[in-house]
Amino acid sequence: MTTGKRIGGNVANFVDERTGAGRALKKNLGKVFPDHWSFMLGEVAMYSFVILLLSGTFLTFFFVPSQEEIIYKGNYAPLSGLSMSQAYASTVDMSFDVRGGMLMRQIHHWSALIFLAAMVVHMMRVFFTGAYRKPRELNWVLGVGLLTLGIVEGFLGYSLPDDLLSGTGIRIAEAIIQAIPLIGTYVAFFLFGGGFPGTIFISRIYTIHVLLVPGIILALITAHVLLVWFQKHTQYPGPGRTEKNVVGFPLLPVYMAKAGGFFFIVFGITTFLGAVASINPIWLYGPYNPSQISAGSQPDWYMGWLDGLVRMAPNWETHAFGHTVSWNILIPGLIVPGIMFTGLALWPFIESWVTGDKREHHLLERPRNAPTRTAVGAMALTFTMVTLINGGNDLLATHFGLSINQIMWFSRIGVFVLPPIAYFVTKRICLGLQHKDRDTVLHGRESGRLVMLPSGEFIEVHEPIDQYARYSLTNHEQPAVVELQLEDAHGVARPGSVKEKIRARLSRGMYGEQVQKPTEKDLLELEDGHH
Amino acid sequence: MKKILRHRRHPIAHFLVLGIALLAIGFGYTLLSPSNAAIATNARSQAVEEGRQIFLKGCSSCHGLNAEGSTQVPTLLGVGAASVDFQVGTGRMPLANNGVQAMRKKPVYNAEETAALAAYVASLSPGPAIPNAAQLNYERDGNIAEGGQLFRTNCAMCHNYAGQGGALTQGKYAPSLMGVEVKKMYEAMLTGPQSMPVFGDRAISPQQKLSMIKFLKGIDAEKGQGGFSLGKVGPVTEGLVGWVLGLGLLIGVSVWLGAKSK
Repeated sequence: MTTGKRIGGNVANFVDERTGAGRALKKNLGKVFPDHWSFMLGEVAMYSFVILLLSGTFLTFFFVPSQEEIIYKGNYAPLSGLSMSQAYASTVDMSFDVRGGMLMRQIHHWSALIFLAAMVVHMMRVFFTGAYRKPRELNWVLGVGLLTLGIVEGFLGYSLPDDLLSGTGIRIAEAIIQAIPLIGTYVAFFLFGGGFPGTIFISRIYTIHVLLVPGIILALITAHVLLVWFQKHTQYPGPGRTEKNVVGFPLLPVYMAKAGGFFFIVFGITTFLGAVASINPIWLYGPYNPSQISAGSQPDWYMGWLDGLVRMAPNWETHAFGHTVSWNILIPGLIVPGIMFTGLALWPFIESWVTGDKREHHLLERPRNAPTRTAVGAMALTFTMVTLINGGNDLLATHFGLSINQIMWFSRIGVFVLPPIAYFVTKRICLGLQHKDRDTVLHGRESGRLVMLPSGEFIEVHEPIDQYARYSLTNHEQPAVVELQLEDAHGVARPGSVKEKIRARLSRGMYGEQVQKPTEKDLLELEDGHH
Repeated sequence: MKKILRHRRHPIAHFLVLGIALLAIGFGYTLLSPSNAAIATNARSQAVEEGRQIFLKGCSSCHGLNAEGSTQVPTLLGVGAASVDFQVGTGRMPLANNGVQAMRKKPVYNAEETAALAAYVASLSPGPAIPNAAQLNYERDGNIAEGGQLFRTNCAMCHNYAGQGGALTQGKYAPSLMGVEVKKMYEAMLTGPQSMPVFGDRAISPQQKLSMIKFLKGIDAEKGQGGFSLGKVGPVTEGLVGWVLGLGLLIGVSVWLGAKSK
């Protein structure tokens, strides 16, 4: 035994005897995870958060969270001699005078965009595969919480440099707060310490941005990952995969290596973006001044849908008892987002109520085999896309020679019309794909080989698929519609409550239409050879 | 006198007389003929006349025979030479079609014709003159930081924080100010073409105008601080790059890593 090994063994033994780490590690390091690229999207989000913590820490060394006005005397000539807040001046200094500061700022901002985007894509994967079903509903809710906090955290970070663009964003945030009926004005006064912009919001936002929200996000991520650990990861269905096992690779060495390497790849790509593409050029925006505004003022993309909603809102206001209710801000700024996020968080519970399915699910579903869910998802995404597009209406107008008013009207109508269309189209596509699967199982796959029969008839030869492929196409469940029970257990007629009626109708909507998957009987009949 | 007369038949006498007469006419002409200024006036009135001819052919069908305009078309009385130089010199006038806004295009008239038109319109009624080169020395007279401040206060709401242009209502737009000739920018401020307000010398002094121009030229020349600028139009293109390039690459890598295990 070499000296190195001996020392290492002694240290390990010392730790193990005092903490019992050995047993825990032995158990956990061998833990098996299923393998699929779409399971790595959440990892991208998590690694981006780590990058955000690292780069953000660097930024705090140089950022001065103060609205105290100073005269800029730095190296960037176009701002020389202007009056600005310390927050803005320190961000400009960080960009031009701190070694590596610009790169770090840009890594931080790109990473924030990717963090949010990865969370959204991860959430889409979880949604469309039904991974949120029991027992993972709570983890879905945690995820919705993380997304919400991520948006808030991103917006606060975007607001910190106190440039013309971010100040405009804060101004709109203030307007949305003020639109809360009755208490809005007071809440705004409380948050800003008086009228807008006041002198304290930067320092308050700073504390929330670097301490409070990241702390909560970190805690939630920990809980999120621990739940995955204890509940096991879901897996795609396939031969040998059941509700009771997990088919994949052990954490050590496979996933340790993979995940470790993947972290550096994420860091590398983020750094690449930070190095080659300018982001948030605050020196061009100029210092914040409430009397100024720039054309094309937009928030970062994760707030773009909200901006789009506000931009398409008609100017409705109600004046009553000396108060104004600003529906034009209240509806797009608070009510609609409230409905969106509440619906998102409640979806697993709504679905399980409608289906009456209270069993545990560890096998994922293919989107086509849950057509209604997939269609609802497509509908929600379409709604969000329309609002996001309207958030950039001014740039679309100038760059594609359109009228901003036309885009606004397109969005106003489209936000109601397009989601239902997306719903129906998606559902039809899913059912069509189910037909195709049924066909493939029964008749095999198209080989592309054309044969001329002696009679002169041309046929395409279908090759039968192997049993594994057949299993993959037929192992899914096809739940039955929850019918309204009009008789009780004793055969006595009962009317059924309103709740039950709603549920029966929703259930019929969800499962009423589906392509019957081929049964063994279908297959045998075919093999008997009438075809 | 007799002595002189005595030589009147001298062989060179009539040459002398002729010479004196010619000199007298010459000097007389010099004394009595129109002064230099008057010659210039003459030339100008010639330019005005030339401009009038171009105007009658190219502009009067809309602006009226006397540039009086109509309910649909603005009058040119009082717009000044600067306005003509801007509108015609950037090709916005004559209008190609009846869109929401005249667009910058290749000028129809050359520099001389444009100058003639400007002279004609200026002759109708006083208005802002075309600034000369000495008035446009923004490098010397402008202050870039002050220009930025003024630009953000007065112009950025339509033209964007970096002069990249922006949307107005009903398909109208504030054009990009990148690569625009200094004189044209100055004239635009002076005359307020189309949807743009007039920034007269009392509101924004000539020196302040030059400061804004210096600021814009600075942005124009600024070499991508922090990498590709992504169009200097704010977070929309950043979001697009973040999704397409950033997340796109990462998903590509995920698929790659996922595929390796098979």
